Amino acid sequence: MEFIELIKKPWPWYVAGPLIGLTVPTLLLIGNKSFGISSSLRHICAACFPANISFFKYDWKKEIWNLFFVAGVLIGGFLATQFLENPEDFVISEKTVAALRELGIQDFKGLMPADLFAVENILSLKGFIFFVVGGFMVGFGTRWAGGCTSGHAIMGLSNLQLPSLIATCCFMIGGFVMVQVLLPVIFKLF
Amino acid sequence: MATNQTNTNTVSFPEHLVCDAPNDMVKRESTLGNLKYLVVGVMFGIVFVKAEIISWFRIQEMFRLHSFHMYGVIGSAVVVGMISVFLIKKFNIKTLSGETVQFHPKKFMRGQIYGGLLFGLGWGITGACPGPLFAQIGSGYIAVIVTLLSAIAGTWTYGLLKDKLPN
Repeated sequence: MEFIELIKKPWPWYVAGPLIGLTVPTLLLIGNKSFGISSSLRHICAACFPANISFFKYDWKKEIWNLFFVAGVLIGGFLATQFLENPEDFVISEKTVAALRELGIQDFKGLMPADLFAVENILSLKGFIFFVVGGFMVGFGTRWAGGCTSGHAIMGLSNLQLPSLIATCCFMIGGFVMVQVLLPVIFKLF
Repeated sequence: MATNQTNTNTVSFPEHLVCDAPNDMVKRESTLGNLKYLVVGVMFGIVFVKAEIISWFRIQEMFRLHSFHMYGVIGSAVVVGMISVFLIKKFNIKTLSGETVQFHPKKFMRGQIYGGLLFGLGWGITGACPGPLFAQIGSGYIAVIVTLLSAIAGTWTYGLLKDKLPN
């Protein structure tokens, strides 16, 4: 029982980080697979709407493991939320709470603020910016960069690849610019 | 339309994918065999939720330098990954089916800068890189399905415009 209580608590970085790092050798050793997640988005395009675009004409079935993997991530998200939910309040930095309150965020109960991620927002301007525009940049950007946090920051850096370090730095710069400079402007729209 | 190029791409695997998560296993795997990647994905998804990496708030904290959590997660993941790759190379550890593990040197491309910056901007808005998107949907944040569909559309649009962009 105690063990279950323990794993229901939020996992500290020194538990989660190494477990994520272990995904690299796990995938390499069970099936000679290089870790990377954004490629799943490309395989979905190749499988569902190749539209005669050369970038999507390849044997996606050979890469189907990647789709099994992301389906697993979705199921894992479901299981963790259903059965291992943290009974206590979600805790984030006071400074972040203060900064976000200033921007107009009011819901700090869950992992995602309902102010932004409520289903009712899908068809609003908020939804357009946070889901449609944001998602588009994630999909377009990761493919242009040839990988995301997993393919570049974790797999690429693990293999000491300089291009991955460059990409990772650019991910971080983009994130800083968005949060520090652009988000305050975006929130003025609502 | 460059028919030659199209033909090469259908036969051999495009070089571009070398950047990401290629399958280097020579032996073909059955659906049952592929289920082991689903299981690894499940574990991964649980870690994502339990360490709150899927939280939009955690990404906000990271880019506001208000918390060490995300830096600790990514940093320690990279260290463990580095040690693992080093050991696999040093002792030439084989895969379960006895193959030599393949690593792919990455070539520098300008896309890593432009695309990297663009992804970073998107990461700051959505609070999710592609992995957490799937875990957020699984956790019941249904609206994120729109983000995922839009990310797929973004990937598709990149494929359409690829040859016109500085890569």
